[in-house]
Amino acid sequence: MSDIPSDLKYAATHEWARLEEDGTVTVGITDHAQDALGDVVYVELPEIDQVITAGDEAGVVESVKAASDIYTPISGTVCAVNEALEDAPETVNADAYADGWFFKMQPADLGELEELLDAEGYGEVCEAEDH
Amino acid sequence: MPFIPHTETDVAEMLSEIGVASIDALFDEIPQELVSDQLKAVPEGKSELEMLQFMAARAEQDQGYTCFLGAGSYDHHIPAAVWDLTARGEFMTAYTPYQAEASQGTLQLIYEYQSMMTALTGMEVSNASVYDGASGLAEAVLMAIRANKKNKSGRVLVAQTVHPNYVQTTRNIVHNQNVAIEMLPLQGDGVLDCDALSVGAEPPVAVVVQQPNFFGLLEDVDALTDWAHAQGALVIAVVNPMTLAVLKAPGQWGENGADIVCGDGQPFGVPMASGGPSFGFICSRGALMRQLPGRVIGRTQDLEGRVGYTLTLQAREQHIRRGKATSNICTNQGLLVTAGTIYMSLMGYQGIRETALACHAKANQLRDKLLQCPGVEPMFSGPCFHEFALKLPLPAKTVIDAMIGEGVLAGLDLADFPIAGVNDADHGLLVAVTEKRTESELQHYAEAFARILAAASEG
Repeated sequence: MSDIPSDLKYAATHEWARLEEDGTVTVGITDHAQDALGDVVYVELPEIDQVITAGDEAGVVESVKAASDIYTPISGTVCAVNEALEDAPETVNADAYADGWFFKMQPADLGELEELLDAEGYGEVCEAEDH
Repeated sequence: MPFIPHTETDVAEMLSEIGVASIDALFDEIPQELVSDQLKAVPEGKSELEMLQFMAARAEQDQGYTCFLGAGSYDHHIPAAVWDLTARGEFMTAYTPYQAEASQGTLQLIYEYQSMMTALTGMEVSNASVYDGASGLAEAVLMAIRANKKNKSGRVLVAQTVHPNYVQTTRNIVHNQNVAIEMLPLQGDGVLDCDALSVGAEPPVAVVVQQPNFFGLLEDVDALTDWAHAQGALVIAVVNPMTLAVLKAPGQWGENGADIVCGDGQPFGVPMASGGPSFGFICSRGALMRQLPGRVIGRTQDLEGRVGYTLTLQAREQHIRRGKATSNICTNQGLLVTAGTIYMSLMGYQGIRETALACHAKANQLRDKLLQCPGVEPMFSGPCFHEFALKLPLPAKTVIDAMIGEGVLAGLDLADFPIAGVNDADHGLLVAVTEKRTESELQHYAEAFARILAAASEG
């Protein structure tokens, strides 16, 4: 069973979103996603100031066996990207919910966060996929 | 690994197993209006004997002439060992099997090819080859668009002195992909004038420069590279690999070097063969490797620590990345790359350098002889590598036709390669000289040429 923290919001496409104290939202991929991908070898991140709409492609994560698009769970403007992943993409495997974050954004509408899955809902998505 | 064809019985059994009437029925879902009928122009098959007779008659048409044609395909000597080895069954098979790692010999050969190409071009990575130089340029342009994604202009500036066929091929391949190919006008003397370049409305994604250029002349690649980089553009170099043991490698152009290098490998062990096939190459900086199209072979270790070769960076390719792959061509010109790799191995850096210098010396020798004929002028004044353009006192076509009667393919008619900014193209003759041309062949060319021009001026 993969780790699904209860304080985060989730998209069915396996991204997590966390509302920070400064009002920005941090996005990454879930523990379940990193486990399914295997060893991550490369991460392509969005550009700072890029305006993205919920469901848009916002990057690519490449492992030894697959390459998958990352979709932004909510709409907004990218304000920071995790440049450390360029040299150390394996951080995504080691620490998916903290040091392995992908990008931060200024959300356009915080209400979109409420429409995302909670830990329980996302857990059901993972379970359905495993069967 | 044996090649096993499907017999008619095999096909019938497979169709009956899945309950489909014919092979064509498998493609029923393609709407009728999208099905091409152009293949109806392809004639019925021939018997082996008919085919051999047909091809022998075609090949005969190429025989008996001394060749001074160039413009991307050159008549270099090919050591006998090159095709003797290339034609061995182990290399000659049509394709790498789908478990590519089963063919360690093929993969090692491609790895050696990539290593030699990066050494020659001064770049960090090479792919396993593409179809030819022209499609290589199209792939390089698309690669630059992906690599320089901060620039949304879609503008690619191409030097007017890049081979016109390469430019046309690139336009054909990229024209539905929001890429604007714009020409950098020819304002200098057969080369770009760096001081007269203007970048236009917004910064370009990439700038394409060919060295030596279509006329065989040397561009000021250092200044052009620095100019392009100052605009935030990537530099795509189109080069003839034979020249790279003498000219500066693109990786050393200007302050920071070119970003992507492409070209045609034909000079390395591939016969002219009436125009093809040959192989194209693409090399780049390491930072751009995830945008490189096509196969890339890497060296690794197996579980017991032995050296092994493997396909690498496959997540760029369409069998994994589907519609978002870096290219819809994920194959390479395996057999011709084999010839090119054996050629490079046999010649070595020194051999390639000596060949290139011999071409250069002989081209200058012939150019000097021809310029002694009354009314013949250099089309451009700058130094050339092994190919030069002359302005004749009469249409080039007249001279080319008359030279055929002397057993000489004298060169290409520049009227067939219209380039904006070139005056009197129909009097322009583009002549290439390789190391193969003997003293007496050069002498015969010069005498026949002088005779034809003299007869024309009297007539």
